[in-house]
Amino acid sequence: MKPVSPLLDRELVQETLATAISNGGEWAEVFVEDRQSASADFDEGRVEAMVSSRDLGAGIRVTVGDLTGFAHTSDLTRRGLSEAAQAAASVARGVGRVEAVALHGNGLAESKARILPETISKTQKVELLEQANSAARAENAAISQVNVRYSEGRRRVLVANSEGLFNADDQTRTLLSVNCVATGDQGLQTGRETVGYTVGFELFEDHDIEAMAQRAAGRAVTKLAARPAPSGQLPVVIERGGGGVLFHEACGHGLEADLVNKGASVFRDRLGELVAAPSVTLVDDGTMGVEWGTVAIDDEGCRAQRNVLIEDGVLTDYMWDHLRSRAAGRPASGNGRRQSYQHLPMVRMTNTFVTNGDTEPQDIIAGTKHGVYVAQLGGGQVNTATGDFVFGMTEAYLIENGEITAPLREGNLIGNGPEVLKNIEVIGNDFAMGSPGTCGKDGQGVPVGDGQPTLRVAALTIGGTAS
Amino acid sequence: MNKSVELPDIADELVSLAQGNEQVEVCLSRSRSTTVKAYSGEVESVRSGMSEAIGIRVIIDGQQGFATAGSLDHQVLSQVIEEARENLRFAESDPHQALAEPDGVESPDLDLVDSAVLKVTDDQKSAIAIDLEQRCLSADARVSSVRSAAWSDGWGEFALASTNGISIYTEGGSCSIGVQPLAVEGNETQIGYAGDAARRPDLLDVDRVVTEAVEGATGMLGATKPVSERLTVVFEPAVTSAFLGTIAGALTGDRVVKGRSPFAERLGEQVGASMLTLFDDPTNTDSLGADNHDGEGLAARKNMIIENGVLSQFLHNSYTARRSGVSSTGSAVRGARSTPSVGLHALCLGPGRLDRQALFEEIGNGIFVRGVNGLHSGVNPVSGDFSVGAYGHKIRDGLLAEPFSEATIASTLQRMLLDVVLIGGDFEFLPNGSGMSSIAIDDIALSGM
Repeated sequence: MKPVSPLLDRELVQETLATAISNGGEWAEVFVEDRQSASADFDEGRVEAMVSSRDLGAGIRVTVGDLTGFAHTSDLTRRGLSEAAQAAASVARGVGRVEAVALHGNGLAESKARILPETISKTQKVELLEQANSAARAENAAISQVNVRYSEGRRRVLVANSEGLFNADDQTRTLLSVNCVATGDQGLQTGRETVGYTVGFELFEDHDIEAMAQRAAGRAVTKLAARPAPSGQLPVVIERGGGGVLFHEACGHGLEADLVNKGASVFRDRLGELVAAPSVTLVDDGTMGVEWGTVAIDDEGCRAQRNVLIEDGVLTDYMWDHLRSRAAGRPASGNGRRQSYQHLPMVRMTNTFVTNGDTEPQDIIAGTKHGVYVAQLGGGQVNTATGDFVFGMTEAYLIENGEITAPLREGNLIGNGPEVLKNIEVIGNDFAMGSPGTCGKDGQGVPVGDGQPTLRVAALTIGGTAS
Repeated sequence: MNKSVELPDIADELVSLAQGNEQVEVCLSRSRSTTVKAYSGEVESVRSGMSEAIGIRVIIDGQQGFATAGSLDHQVLSQVIEEARENLRFAESDPHQALAEPDGVESPDLDLVDSAVLKVTDDQKSAIAIDLEQRCLSADARVSSVRSAAWSDGWGEFALASTNGISIYTEGGSCSIGVQPLAVEGNETQIGYAGDAARRPDLLDVDRVVTEAVEGATGMLGATKPVSERLTVVFEPAVTSAFLGTIAGALTGDRVVKGRSPFAERLGEQVGASMLTLFDDPTNTDSLGADNHDGEGLAARKNMIIENGVLSQFLHNSYTARRSGVSSTGSAVRGARSTPSVGLHALCLGPGRLDRQALFEEIGNGIFVRGVNGLHSGVNPVSGDFSVGAYGHKIRDGLLAEPFSEATIASTLQRMLLDVVLIGGDFEFLPNGSGMSSIAIDDIALSGM
């Protein structure tokens, strides 16, 4: 269904922009967001809580040279917007002027969701939870707790600026996650599986919820027999789709132009240099199908695009937002994102992944004499200044004489981004995207995707307790 | 939004809309905040804003519905209560689900309101942020730039009312500073961070923040990957806070009643070294976590958690208490946007001894951990597995020695509590509200080369 009017009336947007630059501001932006979300938690065999939430507001930004003023408000009346525009403009302290802003475009966006979740009854959503719960519990008698979480979010945004931009997006994301606890002689273990895409309720036509719940249960049960992870440096094989977070942390953040410009990245001044094994091509792509980090426009109104960051091992580009690209005199790359209308945008990733190599995945495993096979990584963290990163292994096994053997207890992996990129020995031909993620930076979370084919890193430090 | 309407009035009005046997609880909040960042001797950005939030719980016969919104617009308020009523119909009945009932415990009646934070002018905020940056740059020639130097302040009010006769209102503000200097030597760059937070601007310790941030960056220059071994680690207070915060999280009613705590069956048992005492004390105004009420409007109170190594009690909100057959410990935590969970207000470690240098001498050899990362990915509070990235310094012959990085430390939460061998006498309240000291823990696996 085509929307008939923008989130905020065109004249009101123009008026707000005019107020925002009236103090001598060089550039101004109005970002309006209407977010409706709902979630349901199924825990201990019953629906525990169903929650719905609504947020509507605007963030107004004014720049003068390198100085930014920003104010946000949940009051979208003429008065509320005018107050926020004046607050943002107050940094400019210039001579008053009146300048009309002409807006191009219609400020309208159509939802790409086939089935908007808000049109589906809550009863139907609850049934999904029950279905996942039953499947997980039926998988194994050792499963002692199952938590299933459903969430849907529709985020409509409108971005206008004093250069005349007037763009909109209508983003819908739907997600189901299953967390299982298994109880054994040695204590408790957990297993998790999540399916989430930038789609509506059609998610559940395209994905088998029971199979996913069984995988989560299987992970927890497998780990009951897990032995402590080794301690020290070993070759690590990462299963396809299970470790894109490594590249997100290990080099993605270091390629964000805001960090690069402030000298807080190990990749500064290295464009054109060989920074990775020649087999590595790294891409950030906000246009990628229905992946979790996909958007039509970023939160500064710039069209999402496919950006090749590392090509055949050579550093080709960083990621950019409005502020940083303008300072560098180059186009933005569609990476200006923000958590909500209450936040200033900054350079953020979308869907970040390593492209296919040409080796069969089973040959990669067979070619590893002694190492660790990581089927699923958890979250991670990086110090962009040094490149040192850490991330958790939520499902991992030993590799002994070219075969996957004993499951390992949870632990962290640690390494250094630039070193790992050079230490990628072999890349598989079985690319897959991984689980949906939320990337945190300076206190703001945004949805991101990641992916990679099966690959082997020559050495990573495994933070286990076994010698 | 109508600024002339007071939050308690709105809350009472909404509660009066309860129908039949509905229990209704309304939470409202309104806050203002400012952040000023400096870069290269100039103000880089000024961000300000006003936020409002409402959360309504409706419960009938153990079925709970919740809805929330980021606006106090009149039309939104009536939508939220209707949404909560609709959500309730899909929740299954739980005999323990009900609103908190007044328990007769007196609120500590702390004075947490200091309007000094509201009187700081925009120019003063800018000057503080710029000064913070400039002082880091001049503190050490190796400091090449400062990624971020920021001043933040906030003022908020919170009202909660329910059909059980609870009606509370609190307001208060705080301010904080934070800085991230970069130190460069040769091809190597290290980043440091330090910050402080307080209820009054004059309590912010700028000197200490500058010193700690700069030393955090310069001290790590030349760090190398250590050899893997089992050894004794000393956590600095902020790291102790992260570690004990994870432990305390596993001692909350939420985790315990749902079978997600490795300590669930261990009440009254020796779970830690006998020198270890842990409590939550929101009645101490030295902590930024101090409060008069918990998230359900019950009086805030001091709760022992671990006493001389013995697990004395779990923390509860009214729901987890009812399920466990005990009384709420006043440990509900929430914002208006979420239902009450169980958590900590001001987690404190009991007293220790020895200043840091004396502590190193007593340990002899080991590592001093200045920071950990990957806590959210490497610690499983259900199984107790603990494995995090760590950086800091070696301790050799009782002295702080060369820096190390790119290493992990691992054990289990259960073992680490028992392996505490020393608690330092350097107790301090941290910006997160916890009161912590350095602690030494034995027999940790350090993984490096």
